Amino acid sequence: MQFNLLNYGNSRSFPEPHPLLDSATPFDASQRDIAVLVGENAGSQLDQVVGERRAILVELYTECLGVWTGESRAEEGSNVLGFARFRVGDDDPSDLVELVRQPGTSPEAIAAATQLFESAGFTVAVCMDQAGRIIDRLMRPYFNEVLTRLDQGLATASDMDLTLKLGLGYPEGPIGLLERSGLHHHYDVTQALFEVYGTPAFAPARRAAVAKQRKDFEDN
Amino acid sequence: MTEIKTVAVAGAGTMGAGIAIVAARAGFDTIVFDVSDDNLEQSRVQTEKFFARSVERGKLDPQDVDQILARFTRTSDLKDLASADIVIEAVFEELSVKQDLFGRLNDICSASTIFASNTSTISITEIAAGSGRDPQVVGMHFCLPAQLMKLVEMSPGMNTDPAMFTKAWEFCEALGQIPVKTQDSPGFILNYFLVPYNNDVIRLIEAGVAAPADIDAAIKTGMGYKMGPCELLDLIGLDTQVLLCDAFYRVTHDPRATVPPLLRRMVAAGRLGRKSGRGFFEYEGGAMFGA
Repeated sequence: MQFNLLNYGNSRSFPEPHPLLDSATPFDASQRDIAVLVGENAGSQLDQVVGERRAILVELYTECLGVWTGESRAEEGSNVLGFARFRVGDDDPSDLVELVRQPGTSPEAIAAATQLFESAGFTVAVCMDQAGRIIDRLMRPYFNEVLTRLDQGLATASDMDLTLKLGLGYPEGPIGLLERSGLHHHYDVTQALFEVYGTPAFAPARRAAVAKQRKDFEDN
Repeated sequence: MTEIKTVAVAGAGTMGAGIAIVAARAGFDTIVFDVSDDNLEQSRVQTEKFFARSVERGKLDPQDVDQILARFTRTSDLKDLASADIVIEAVFEELSVKQDLFGRLNDICSASTIFASNTSTISITEIAAGSGRDPQVVGMHFCLPAQLMKLVEMSPGMNTDPAMFTKAWEFCEALGQIPVKTQDSPGFILNYFLVPYNNDVIRLIEAGVAAPADIDAAIKTGMGYKMGPCELLDLIGLDTQVLLCDAFYRVTHDPRATVPPLLRRMVAAGRLGRKSGRGFFEYEGGAMFGA
């Protein structure tokens, strides 16, 4: 599938070269192909590519797409979609692309974006433009509970991880996963979610707050 | 090593039948008790079917199965549990029912018999309180289906004798199961995390953030989990999720454990999951359809 690629800084979704990005055609402002904006500054550069394209895809971090497109009356939506490859902390990005739409996003743009990512071997999950999208919104409160109950002595870390692996078929227990991939990242993600939703379930667990403070201490 | 030779399972529902299969397969004489002869007969048929499949799949020899089946006795008379070294109860999930059962067994069984409860939400300490032998009561929560799942969450009540807990633990290992130790707290480990998480999933659908198929695809691909949460809810049964929420909220008052309105509507509409052919997904003859 033809698409234009625009790089705007380090990308969390594509930290390494990827066949999908390598297959991009050079940017041409007059083209109507899909445009993909990647990098930490992708959203702020959105006005560089507005136009009659099949779809314009903006890499997102923890922010909503609405920050870059504007929102009004829950009628926002166009040919612009957000996307992020899901990854936990320092782990490699997964093969999941969360594709972010708004209430008025055109079905043709969603279909074109889905086709582009699927043709590169990704699984696409479409979701509304809300903080945490699908996975972080569902998994972070659960991770918080695990960390809190660990503090409260519900069971040992090994037994908690073993229980969730055997009982639910998880490839790795949540404590092992969070500590291996960087517990301080869990703090950053939950803090961002807590600012939006304000419910206790998203408030960073004590162990994550400690990991974050310790990371800051080590880095300075 | 375990001194236990005879195991009684009280309650011949899906869970009890599964636990009895585990016990007999591991070489224990196994007494299955239920007040209903129909339930006993149904569990016998299920048990024989299960072992017939084990033979088909080459997991067991026919002679082994004959030996295993010979270890079963079934009864609707509680007095027949007198010879049990351990009784595992898997009766209705209601405190008074469990207390009443253990209270009556206390007069029937030998003084050394251990009482284990397969409760998923009720406090072991509270169940033990009505038993007349609370130092010998332990929590042994098997996972569904017990005959296939290795995990057992084991918890001591407040008055459980540590030596008794050790005996029950060794018995659990002798069953070929994998025990984990948890505090006596609502939902132990698995359900404590799963019930509110599943509700969050339902609320996300209700809020129109993502469709069930997108949520399942995200969790499976992004987290590497074998099953998506909507698929799992359909398997658990949406009516069962309501019961779990109600049991949970009663003791925890956790807002995440309240029944999401969409869940109540789906149950009212007969969309119970796999068992009714439709939940978040549609099913026909065991196969799943559609988004």
